[in-house]
Amino acid sequence: MEETSIIISGFGGQGTLFAGQVLAYAALDNGQNVTWIPSYGPEMRGGTAHCTVMISDDEIGSPLVRNPDVSLVLNLPSLDKYEKLTKPGGALVANSSLVNRGLERDDLEHLYIPANEIAEEIGLARMANMVMLGGMLRLAPVLPLEVIKQALAAHIPERHRRTLPMNFEAMEQGYAFAERTLTKAAA
Amino acid sequence: MAKELLKGNEAFAEAAIRAGCEGFYGYPITPSTEFLEYMAKRMPQLGRAFVQAESEVAAINMVYGGACTGKRVMTASSSPGVSLMMEGISYIAGTEVPAVIVNVMRGGPGLGNIAPSQGDYHQMVKGGGHGDYFPIVLAPASVQEAIDYISLAFDLADKYRNIVHVIVDGNMGQMMEPAELPPMRELPKDPPSWAVTGAEGRQPNFLSSIYIDPADEEVTNIRLVKRWMEIEKNEIRYSEYLMEDAEFAVIGFGTAGRVASSAIRAAREEGVKVGLFRPITLAPFPKKQIEEISKRVKRILVVEMNTGMMLDDVAAIVQGRVPVEFYGRLGGMTPFPDEILDEIRRVADNKAPINGDARAEWISRLEKIVEEGR
Repeated sequence: MEETSIIISGFGGQGTLFAGQVLAYAALDNGQNVTWIPSYGPEMRGGTAHCTVMISDDEIGSPLVRNPDVSLVLNLPSLDKYEKLTKPGGALVANSSLVNRGLERDDLEHLYIPANEIAEEIGLARMANMVMLGGMLRLAPVLPLEVIKQALAAHIPERHRRTLPMNFEAMEQGYAFAERTLTKAAA
Repeated sequence: MAKELLKGNEAFAEAAIRAGCEGFYGYPITPSTEFLEYMAKRMPQLGRAFVQAESEVAAINMVYGGACTGKRVMTASSSPGVSLMMEGISYIAGTEVPAVIVNVMRGGPGLGNIAPSQGDYHQMVKGGGHGDYFPIVLAPASVQEAIDYISLAFDLADKYRNIVHVIVDGNMGQMMEPAELPPMRELPKDPPSWAVTGAEGRQPNFLSSIYIDPADEEVTNIRLVKRWMEIEKNEIRYSEYLMEDAEFAVIGFGTAGRVASSAIRAAREEGVKVGLFRPITLAPFPKKQIEEISKRVKRILVVEMNTGMMLDDVAAIVQGRVPVEFYGRLGGMTPFPDEILDEIRRVADNKAPINGDARAEWISRLEKIVEEGR
């Protein structure tokens, strides 16, 4: 049975919860089982916010996991927390725009993406979450990029629909950045 | 209808609407607030009643009034809010009118916190309000199951003129999961014969929970307990996972049961023959089924997100035939599957009888886990 656990963590307002929802919609559209569960504590207002997404071919038991297969960290406090917790051999994607240190562990597949800078170049700093999601899909291909894009198109809130092309751009650029970085590392 | 990705609280609310709920009366409280918010938007669209009351005490008395008209009515709240409702719940029970109450439980006692918990087991399952009455208590473990059981809750409430509690925890209220909503049910044309609807052209109905003469109250109490015995006979529901060849049984409800199923899957991969028994009706409790299990397994591990409230009920049924051990997290903490896997391994390896009290032994283990900051 194939079950993948993903934790997406950052400051409230960075769109970590929505990035997880996009992943969850995509998993459902892809015919898989999925759960999405947010941190819903008072920390949501201004503090850290995270969500756990479980994707499986089988029925999902626990929607929560201590040691995720994949950690997507959008700020330094999230790196401090989830570098320790990510499963040995798992994957970690960090937002280097807001993270000023390297990894202490050497047993993780990892990737640093300047997500804020890339998003600002596209024209909307709020897209950093989609840049990160795109990069993650290259490092940890839990779902095809196309499926995620379709899910985003189907579920983006109406008030944000005009930003859809920019969201696509952000995902693609995140993916492309990861592609370049990983190819360079392999060479 | 195809499966959609649905948020727990919103799906539960829509399920209630589709089951024919015509009146929702509530007061917001995390982690159940989205239930009320959804009702605030949807009920007026359908021409049905939504009232945000001035307090939980007012809300439950509005439920009481609505129930007396024979309509399907409900409220949803979270632990401290449900505590406030207890007097009204007892009046509803004493008046023998149907009502559905959803409790999205959070950490306590007191104001506690807004994190998921199962600490209201005693309050919900044993009654909670004053006097001799018996609520039906349903404890679903997924968004889909909650949708299905909220529909059932209304049917059972009507059938037995009884209170039905649906209890979930904050995890289930907040999570999103693919699920399918049932079609919208048609509303009944005529009110039930006992309802107070204006008495035009018929003798008036009288609904009350007051029986000044104890002899009359005793007759009422007999009626209530006989009804409960009927419910116990007819309405037991539970779910089993990998129990056929199980040598060890985990018993847990709601989220705790669901988390345990992940641990059981992992333990099976290690060759431990363990299965899950998950009561869905906590009242009536699946006593016979648990008794049967205790005759064929070597040990039982009860897992809860409280201090072992259901543990006592299980132990009373097992009557020492096999050791009953316990693991729980408290105060709004949800156990991870790896903790329960450790417990399954321990229970499966441990051939010695437990030294005393399962609860005392668990507390000493839990204190270590808490010290380690896990």
